[in-house]
Amino acid sequence: MNESVSVALKSDLIGLFEKSNGELESGSGHFINFHREKALSDFNRLGIPNVKNENYRYTPLEQYFNGQYEMELSPNPSKVDIRSIFKCDVPELDTHVALVLNGFFAAGVQVNGLPEGVVVCSLGEASVKYPRLFETHYAKYADTSADGLVALNTLFAQDGFFVYIPKNVTIEKPIQIINLSHSFKNLRITRRNLIIAEENSTCNIVVCDHSLCNNGYLTNSLTEIHTGNNASLNFDRLQNENSRSTQINNLFIHQLENSRFSSNSISLHGGLIRNSFYVTLNGTGAEANLNGLFLCDDRQHVANFVLMDHASPLCTSNQLFKGILDEEATGAFNGKILVRKDAQKTQAYQKNNNILLSSTARMNTKPHLEIYADDVKCSHGATVGQLDKDALFYLRSRGIPEAEARHLLMYAFANEIVSRISIPVLKERIIDLVDKRLKGELSKCNDCNIHCG
Amino acid sequence: MLQIKDLHVSIDGKEILKGINLEVKAGEVHAIMGPNGSGKSTLAAALAGRDIFEITNGSVSFLSENLLEMSPEDRARKGLFLGFQYPVEIPGVSIVNFMKTAINEHRKFKGLDPISASDFLKLMREKKDLVGLTSSLTNRSVNEGFSGGEKKKNEIFQMAMLQPTLAILDETDSGLDIDALRIVAQGVNKLRRNDNATIVITHYQRLLEHIVPDFVHVLYKGKIVKSSGRELALELEEKGYDWIKEDNE
Repeated sequence: MNESVSVALKSDLIGLFEKSNGELESGSGHFINFHREKALSDFNRLGIPNVKNENYRYTPLEQYFNGQYEMELSPNPSKVDIRSIFKCDVPELDTHVALVLNGFFAAGVQVNGLPEGVVVCSLGEASVKYPRLFETHYAKYADTSADGLVALNTLFAQDGFFVYIPKNVTIEKPIQIINLSHSFKNLRITRRNLIIAEENSTCNIVVCDHSLCNNGYLTNSLTEIHTGNNASLNFDRLQNENSRSTQINNLFIHQLENSRFSSNSISLHGGLIRNSFYVTLNGTGAEANLNGLFLCDDRQHVANFVLMDHASPLCTSNQLFKGILDEEATGAFNGKILVRKDAQKTQAYQKNNNILLSSTARMNTKPHLEIYADDVKCSHGATVGQLDKDALFYLRSRGIPEAEARHLLMYAFANEIVSRISIPVLKERIIDLVDKRLKGELSKCNDCNIHCG
Repeated sequence: MLQIKDLHVSIDGKEILKGINLEVKAGEVHAIMGPNGSGKSTLAAALAGRDIFEITNGSVSFLSENLLEMSPEDRARKGLFLGFQYPVEIPGVSIVNFMKTAINEHRKFKGLDPISASDFLKLMREKKDLVGLTSSLTNRSVNEGFSGGEKKKNEIFQMAMLQPTLAILDETDSGLDIDALRIVAQGVNKLRRNDNATIVITHYQRLLEHIVPDFVHVLYKGKIVKSSGRELALELEEKGYDWIKEDNE
């Protein structure tokens, strides 16, 4: 991609912002609008990251931004039957369900039965209703000056989901957010989410991303998460979108003392998926566990990027990312552990294992440690290989046909991540989905009742 | 049951087996002995269908069919079983799932319906007890973190589950203490019938005290240089392999 295309892309996006700014502002609260000005100047400086940017070296994004997309500036009055959508996702999962359609929190879906004080609502609504929380947390962890996509998200931010769990509250049932993309044209979607888990709270959040149609979606999603002292947050994600979709997911996690954050990201399907995790362990004894599994074939691309910032002593972090790539799929893992000078007694581990099933699939992996403290335990390891031939022969020697033996091994490889999902029903469902995906039986709208594509 | 004629096998262009002739009939136990590097494990792996070995000459007939044309899974489903010298660890695949898949593939091959859950559990329990494998092991991933003895017991357990017509046990005794050796050997003996056969590959005589062979063959430099009754094993125990080497230089 040459320089002039980059400049044109940037000026198109800025033009789009200027054209829609009035509508963006009128639909958003003060704290969302307040950050646009700085986001604009940052984006103007940074643009869409290209492969010259070390963090995006293996993910040529610009070409994905170049398509023709419409943008919705207000919630689309949807005719989608909510109950039929639930069948698309995780049935029998007893959750507090919320729906986000094309980036807008769906009104009319009641999130009932939550413990007192817990809020699950639209981000736009929350920005007006809860100014104190917004002032403290919104755009405080996602730094627009460092990444063009973060700036772009902040520039166009309007809505998404907002979750607030007050001090000492434990939510038994998981909160499930279903992000749906559904339209009759190609769509540019901006989602901005904020999760605040206050001191001593406990919560499970499940986020499912689905595209209901075969149109192209360019989604720029950003989630800021704050966990207070001793808070515990489980954050599981299932990404299942069509091959024409491009998904940028930036996750900023800010953790205080002894808080625990665990995340399992299962990338089942999508044209391009980029998941970035920026974790700041900003209090003694905090723990972060990031697990990811991606399965891709055709010409899909899945990239996981991690910046694990150990800013305080006695913190622990674990990263395990695994990928299976077939056909002409490409993947990237770019993981950095940063241990700051005062972060003594840090334990930080990182592992990235990948299996290539074809000679044309490619995986780039770049583990990276930067350590300024002297009393730490850190390790990293990365592998890119094929299915274990000895194991394959062992299985076949017991009468299991080659195709089935390969499936068993791939499934076992994937299961190391899937088995970490803590909600049993969700785990069962994802096991089934991964199984089907590996057998090539999973279409993008599997089990969906809306045959819109 | 098994006829090997003038079998030549190479790996990476290097010839390991240089003309093996061997006939195994139903009800027989054959022991194949020989010094390290003589080609014992190559013979076992080539018979099981490991593709890194290239068959350059000769023929192998198993139950009157051309074994060498079959895939490893077809050989297994026809009734051939290889007990591995180094059983492979397969993290993430549970023994239960592994065995259920294998048994159902064998059944499918025979035109039978999949085994019922209760029949499978019953079979598991019965065969587990045969080799003294505990439930805490069978609930784990295949061989993952198993001790040497546990891995070998697991091989015999799988053999018991699959009830092969011809079992080839490749150095099943290596790495076993005397108690484990006895359990493994007892397991093999309990599975002996008039209509099946066993080839025991071993370096030492001691396994043959427990699994009594009908024939003993000595493999040296890729050829069977001596065949006799079980007394040959005792002779080898006493005199070592040097006299065989000297006779064949």
